[in-house]
Amino acid sequence: MNRQMMKGNEAIAEAAVQAGCRYYFGYPITPQSEIPEYMSKRLPEVGGTFIQAESEIAAINMVYGAAGAGARAMTSSSSPGVSLKQEGISYIAGAELPCLIVNIVRGGPGLGSIQPAQSDYYQATRGGGHGDYRLPVFAPASVQEAVELTMKAFDVADRYRTPTMLLGDGAIGQMMEPVTMPEYKPAETDKSWAATGWREGCGRERAIINSLYIEPDRLEALVRKLEAKYKAIAENETMVDLQYMDDAEYAVVAYGTTARIALTAVRNARKQGVKAGLIRPITVWPFPEKVICDAASRLKGVLTVEMSLGQMVDDVRLAVNGQCPVRFFGRTGGMIPGVREVYDQLMSMKEGL
Amino acid sequence: MNLQMIFAGFGGQGVLLMGQLIAYAGMVMGKEVSWMPSYGPEMRGGSANCSVVVSDEPVGSPRVEDADVVVAMNKPSLAVFEKSVVPGGLLIYNSSLIDEKPTRTDIRVAAIPANDIAAELGSAKVTNMVMLGAVAQLTGDFTAEELVDAMRHKFGPSKEHMMPKNREAIERGMAAAKG
Repeated sequence: MNRQMMKGNEAIAEAAVQAGCRYYFGYPITPQSEIPEYMSKRLPEVGGTFIQAESEIAAINMVYGAAGAGARAMTSSSSPGVSLKQEGISYIAGAELPCLIVNIVRGGPGLGSIQPAQSDYYQATRGGGHGDYRLPVFAPASVQEAVELTMKAFDVADRYRTPTMLLGDGAIGQMMEPVTMPEYKPAETDKSWAATGWREGCGRERAIINSLYIEPDRLEALVRKLEAKYKAIAENETMVDLQYMDDAEYAVVAYGTTARIALTAVRNARKQGVKAGLIRPITVWPFPEKVICDAASRLKGVLTVEMSLGQMVDDVRLAVNGQCPVRFFGRTGGMIPGVREVYDQLMSMKEGL
Repeated sequence: MNLQMIFAGFGGQGVLLMGQLIAYAGMVMGKEVSWMPSYGPEMRGGSANCSVVVSDEPVGSPRVEDADVVVAMNKPSLAVFEKSVVPGGLLIYNSSLIDEKPTRTDIRVAAIPANDIAAELGSAKVTNMVMLGAVAQLTGDFTAEELVDAMRHKFGPSKEHMMPKNREAIERGMAAAKG
């Protein structure tokens, strides 16, 4: 397919269709409403089903049902709506079902603003709902990457039987950039666990979709199984992008749109002879802690920039582990950090201020 | 090439579309491009703006703070974005609706009576295309053909009958910018 200009939200929706998603359940909320809008038109063209649910809670439970039947299913929302979905996400993680949840983050807490934010990082990377679970969380920094990661998130979900999340800020959803749709072939996965109807003599075990374990030893066994799965995901699926890091003395750690702003600040610092680089987590869980730990041993300082009061910076500090100073700069409430602000922080860190 | 642009005006003036067409034209030229709208509680008559970057290298920040080109379609936009133009940069303003002159002396300034030209062409709807013609002329980076092609892409074959009028508007904008 040719390169074409697409809005982030529409590109995510088209990528999901290309990835074989045929079931979308959601409820509109800015700044992601183009996803359900696009799906409502596109899914009927490919024999799929679009349902505008009566609420976000209903939508995630529809995803639970479709995923339990073995279908590629998704929902999308923005921050307040994703909070509503957390109970369902926890159930889906407990029942070990694959699906995709898209969160195009806006300012919070509460109904907040409709402008871009990254203040759902804790919620996204710590599971979000109750219980011992995690979600693989993919954080695109461009529209092209949003497409690729949407496809990848479905594959990872199937491979590990887990819900996955695409975490974009409002700017990723709203901006337009050139996109080339990749040729996509879904990874072969065994879905013999799917509950598709059982009859006496049909030749297989009953498929049971469940997250209730009254006996604690059985639940502990399930959670240990999840733990092993999360270890495998951390080992195999961690993604990070490094820019100008070969000889860097100072690094900015940022993801999503903030990483794009940081990249311009890094380039500007390089023009002034400052050896700055960028570490951009593409998966925010699993977090690229090894890469950051290794880099920190050679760095004089790390600056973490987020559209929040500072959430990812906790993970950065754990990864740096005291090897060099870690500084934080953030804007919040829907405000976007400026290139100049990030540049000034970088320069003042270098000056030791 | 690394062209950072801001298009601003009120909702309904077509400033978001102007930015999209420039971004599309840049993409067709093989450049890296981004288009980022202000979005929010915006409506017809409210304020609207977008940032466009056309670059040889992958685009860093999609939000433009220091602009090589600012296009101001109304008075409030001029007040907000005149200061965003880099020294030596270009400010193009719609002199049909803006009766004050920009105060900066360290930048190139072009006054284009876009609404008046569009009225002469018999359609207020092509005001933004007049302005886009001026952008093409003054930056030297885009041709009328590339912009019309971008429109075709955006609107598809059903709007082909509108192309001659829009092309004319672009060419009139270019002529006005030549002075």
